Amino acid sequence: MAALDSDSDEDLVSYGKGLEPLEEGERPKKPIPLQDQTVRDEKGRYKRFHGAFSGGFSAGYFNTVGSKEGWTPSTFVSSRQNRADKSVLGPEDFMDEEDLSEFGIAPKAIVTTDDFASKTKDRLQEKARQLAAAAAPIPGAMLLDDLITPAKLSVGFELLRKMGWKEGQGVGPRVKRRPRRQKPDPGVKIYGCALPPRGSEGSEDEDDDYLPDNVTFAPKDVTPVDFTPKDNVHGLAYKGLDPHQALFGTPGEHLNFLGGGSEGASNLLGNVGLSKGRKLGISGQAFGVGALEEEDDDIYATETLSKYDTVLKDEEPGDGLYGWTAPRQYRNQKEPERDLRYIGKILDGFSLASKPLSSKKLYPPPQLPRDYRPVHYFRPVVPATSENSHLLQVLSESSGKAGQDPGTYSRHQLNASKRGQLLGETPIQGSATSVLEFLSQKDRERIKEMKQVSDLKAAQAKARSLAQNAASSRLQSSTPDLGHCSQHPTLGSWSAATRASNFKPFAKDPEKQRRYEEFLAHMKEGQKDALERCLDPSMTEWERGREREEFARAAQLYVSSHVTLSSRFTHAKEEDDSDQVEVPRDQENDINDKQSAVKMKMFGKLTRDTFEWHPDKLLCKRFNVPDPYPGSTLVGLPRVKRDKYSVFNFLTLPEPTSLPTKPVSSEKGQQQHGSDKSRKLSRWDTSKLERKEDSISEFLSLARSKVGPPKQESSPLVNKEEERTVDKGAASQPEGEGSRPSMDLFKAIFASSSDGKSSSSEEEQDDSENDQEGTEEANFQSSQEVAMVESAVTHTAEPVPCEPAAPFPIQKIQIDEREEFGPRLPPVFCPNTRQKLETPQREKHKKNKEKHKMKKEHRRKREKKKKHKKHKHKSKQKNKKPEKSSSESSDSSDSRSDEEETADLSPRELLRRCTPVVQ
Amino acid sequence: MAFPEPRPQAPELPQKLLKTLDCGQGAVRAVRFNGGRPPLYIPSPAPPEAGGPVTPACCSPVDGNYCLTCGSDKTLKLWNPLRGTLLRTYSGHGYEVLDAASSIDNSSLCSGGGDKTVVLWDVASGQVVRKFRGHAGKVNTVQFNEEATVILSGSIDSSIRCWDCRSRKPEPVQKLEEARDGISSVKVSDHEILAGSVDGRVRRYDLRMGQLFSDYIGSPITCTCFSRDGQCTLVSSLDSTLRLLDKDTGELLGEYTGHKNQQYKLDCCLNERDTHVISCSENGKVFFWDLVEGALVLALPVGSSVVQSLAYHPTEPCLLTAMGGSIQCWREEKEGGAG
Repeated sequence: MAALDSDSDEDLVSYGKGLEPLEEGERPKKPIPLQDQTVRDEKGRYKRFHGAFSGGFSAGYFNTVGSKEGWTPSTFVSSRQNRADKSVLGPEDFMDEEDLSEFGIAPKAIVTTDDFASKTKDRLQEKARQLAAAAAPIPGAMLLDDLITPAKLSVGFELLRKMGWKEGQGVGPRVKRRPRRQKPDPGVKIYGCALPPRGSEGSEDEDDDYLPDNVTFAPKDVTPVDFTPKDNVHGLAYKGLDPHQALFGTPGEHLNFLGGGSEGASNLLGNVGLSKGRKLGISGQAFGVGALEEEDDDIYATETLSKYDTVLKDEEPGDGLYGWTAPRQYRNQKEPERDLRYIGKILDGFSLASKPLSSKKLYPPPQLPRDYRPVHYFRPVVPATSENSHLLQVLSESSGKAGQDPGTYSRHQLNASKRGQLLGETPIQGSATSVLEFLSQKDRERIKEMKQVSDLKAAQAKARSLAQNAASSRLQSSTPDLGHCSQHPTLGSWSAATRASNFKPFAKDPEKQRRYEEFLAHMKEGQKDALERCLDPSMTEWERGREREEFARAAQLYVSSHVTLSSRFTHAKEEDDSDQVEVPRDQENDINDKQSAVKMKMFGKLTRDTFEWHPDKLLCKRFNVPDPYPGSTLVGLPRVKRDKYSVFNFLTLPEPTSLPTKPVSSEKGQQQHGSDKSRKLSRWDTSKLERKEDSISEFLSLARSKVGPPKQESSPLVNKEEERTVDKGAASQPEGEGSRPSMDLFKAIFASSSDGKSSSSEEEQDDSENDQEGTEEANFQSSQEVAMVESAVTHTAEPVPCEPAAPFPIQKIQIDEREEFGPRLPPVFCPNTRQKLETPQREKHKKNKEKHKMKKEHRRKREKKKKHKKHKHKSKQKNKKPEKSSSESSDSSDSRSDEEETADLSPRELLRRCTPVVQ
Repeated sequence: MAFPEPRPQAPELPQKLLKTLDCGQGAVRAVRFNGGRPPLYIPSPAPPEAGGPVTPACCSPVDGNYCLTCGSDKTLKLWNPLRGTLLRTYSGHGYEVLDAASSIDNSSLCSGGGDKTVVLWDVASGQVVRKFRGHAGKVNTVQFNEEATVILSGSIDSSIRCWDCRSRKPEPVQKLEEARDGISSVKVSDHEILAGSVDGRVRRYDLRMGQLFSDYIGSPITCTCFSRDGQCTLVSSLDSTLRLLDKDTGELLGEYTGHKNQQYKLDCCLNERDTHVISCSENGKVFFWDLVEGALVLALPVGSSVVQSLAYHPTEPCLLTAMGGSIQCWREEKEGGAG
């Protein structure tokens, strides 16, 4: 830069950037100390000059690669928007940037494009092309190629030409004299034929001396060294079957073993030119001799495989011994020569070794001793006790340790207990060597007894079998260890029997069953004579034959049915009672009454149903709302199991709330919290109350509510209910017991009533039975239900007999309303009462009362209108029997008569009937 | 110097047609404002019935600057209704889009359509974030919960499904299958799910109490909504009647008639201050009733055909109506200033 700026030194050529001029006060910079002269790569990391690739695992984060975690995996990501394209990964994909750089293992070299590539006729290429053309099935096809390809000259070529270069010359300043051609180095041995002439220079070489001095020459064109990368998987210097030889049958050609690749090629092509004047063409055995071909002597002189080496061997085929192995001495004699006169092709970059490799010396395996037998005997270990000291001695004698007494054992031959003995320790009691030691004394005795029994049996069996078939050689042979052998099977059979106790094909005949089990045990042990052994020897031959067959079949059956089935099936987790179906416990009741309520625009309680509904825990979480039922696993509406084919499933229930959840809680209730329990409790009580209200007591409560505000009602029962529902957590079992009859009473009632399937379903039916006319069963159950309620009332509700004042018109109204909405129980008060009970703190209290009044008026009005319908419906009301429980029974006709009786009664009469019962 | 509180003025009704947008996506099935609803429970002691001013609390990012239109050509479009600019088109439904909702933070949308799927969209990228499959019928209505963690979708398969946006589960968190007929409308408050069904019942699932309140209306429900104070529910049904029910007791607080709604699923809503009840009508008008008096205040003529859908701005007197393939934006007479 500075050089350019200054005008003075225009004629100077400056390279690079000049140093920045020093400021006045500035001191020249210190040279970087040696320890700071580091080499870094382009990422600023210390460059390593070692490693697997150029930089080793130079990359990374503290010598890991890529990231802290190591290799960053390239995850497969494909989405609807970004479709992952299937990419074939090459080795470059796994390389670092350094590897692709100039000095890496896969440098991304700058390659001249076609525009700049020289299109001069490379001689080598040309020759190769010619060769290929000769080898091609259609000779001359490549010539066509040549004609077609446009003669395109690269830029460099044209530039050179403009500079005066001519084809065939070398590039560079002209030289005065051709440099003397180097003589081949005498140190380099050249074998075989002389090097082929290098282009045209061979001839020029001789008349070097005659050149005039004033003539300059263009420099020699240098044929670039052909570094052809090896891109195949052949062995080094492998050359396939030469098509030229194969086609033209120049058998001597392959003996032209000297020469590298390029030379060989040039040689070859020289021959192409000669080729005995033969045309290039397809010839050979397969084609025969054409009509135009002159010589036919050569037809069968084609190459045969025998001219090629099929075996790797020392001799080259050049020695004329095609495949024939010479006698040893001949070969030995030739061997020294071979070192020097190696005839094979020496690979580029290799030279012959000056001295032969020293051959590995082979040593013979050691001689085995004469008496060696390749079998090892383990000597039995006999504990040294007083009883078998003799045996021990014998053993030790046999093993050549006769003279040794225990004390002289070497340290390593002693085990822990022995060492302990030597040291005078007391043996440790805790170390149990057998499972049996873990058993209690009693069990051990029992086992011992059993062993004795089985021994006895075995002995008997043995005696019998011995007596019977003395010829049984197997038994005889096993006699010495019979005691041991026979006590095992029996024990085994015993265990097998316990295992297979569920399958007893011969349970009727215990003896036979025993024999069968014995047989099974034998079978299990793989004894072939299992049958013979366990059969009763006292039986006749025919009997035994039959039994054998039976056993075999039974065993087969047992295996096939038991094992195969049990391997495929598992036990059901729950007993599936197919005749039951889950239905929502509470259902929205019939819409008839609601429709009429809507018609009258009496929205509110008439049109509203309230259910217990369990939101999913996760839903509560997502809504940031505490789970209202923390202990329950229920989701949605509570469900109960009911008979699948019951009529009641398809009937809408007028009473959504009055369900005793006893069975439900017993089913699922283990995980429910105390608060929940109390809730259930209160609901139970509520339901009881409500059930009472279903029947006559409903009227009572209504009357009460009419008399005074429902909340200030003096009924302790109701108060208690309120209390309990208000402080749910505090409610406890005994408190509840105080206000309701004991469970025994309920149990007694329910146990007698039904098959005990699920009382909840029963009570469902009770609830629904108001809807049913003429369903006997419902009647029956309802009567029971009423009985229960009655009894409950007797227990609890002393104050229930209310003030007899006033209620009559209201009761009447109530009844009338029933009529208006058909036979069904209006749901109005059930959810109402429940609501009141459960949430006594209602802001809309006043409102409700007003509403009540309104409704009353409405009812009165309607009552007048519909009075004439009354008698029609009366007969259908069933649930109003205030009958005593003891008297009423399963007799449905009885209750029916009762109910008909009651239907005709006036509400006053009803009340009167009710009170004595209650009292 | 403290100025006296301005007297509560009678709310302006949006009756001035500001803009008509041709949506170009077939019939517009629904039009919805973006953003969440203003909080339902307003600490104001005066109930709307008392005529007290109910000022919407603007603490939450209630927006309403944009609107969504659900087209019958399977697309969902996001507009600036005041400027009339199309901001983005969301395509990915396999059938017509029937309802859409926006999360309160405006980051995601959900929509349901005739392809029985509920789709969660990313607003900015316009991509489908998730598709919830499981409904057996077309999805009539979708709603986010307050935090946009759950999508509630009501379908004609008579179920409401609660889809979890947080987890990757393909199944809904819970199915509410109490309805006996198709669900036409679902609304969500912070702890309640209000659903109107064709079986003529309005069901309110109270998560906090763990109870289900089912109110029988009789006629098939077309639309339900909470009042903004959270005390009442507005229910429109196919007997051409809107009813205002007390949420807690189910009692009827008001009845609004005069419009025509006998065939179609039409929308209804309350205005931004709970003073008026607004409903579509099949005779091409939008009806405004005074909430307390129940008197018809205004029948806004929109066009000749059915007003299919409407949406009321969460904070301002601004109404969007959808008729045919276009939406209309209505403002109050004297524009601006409302803040």
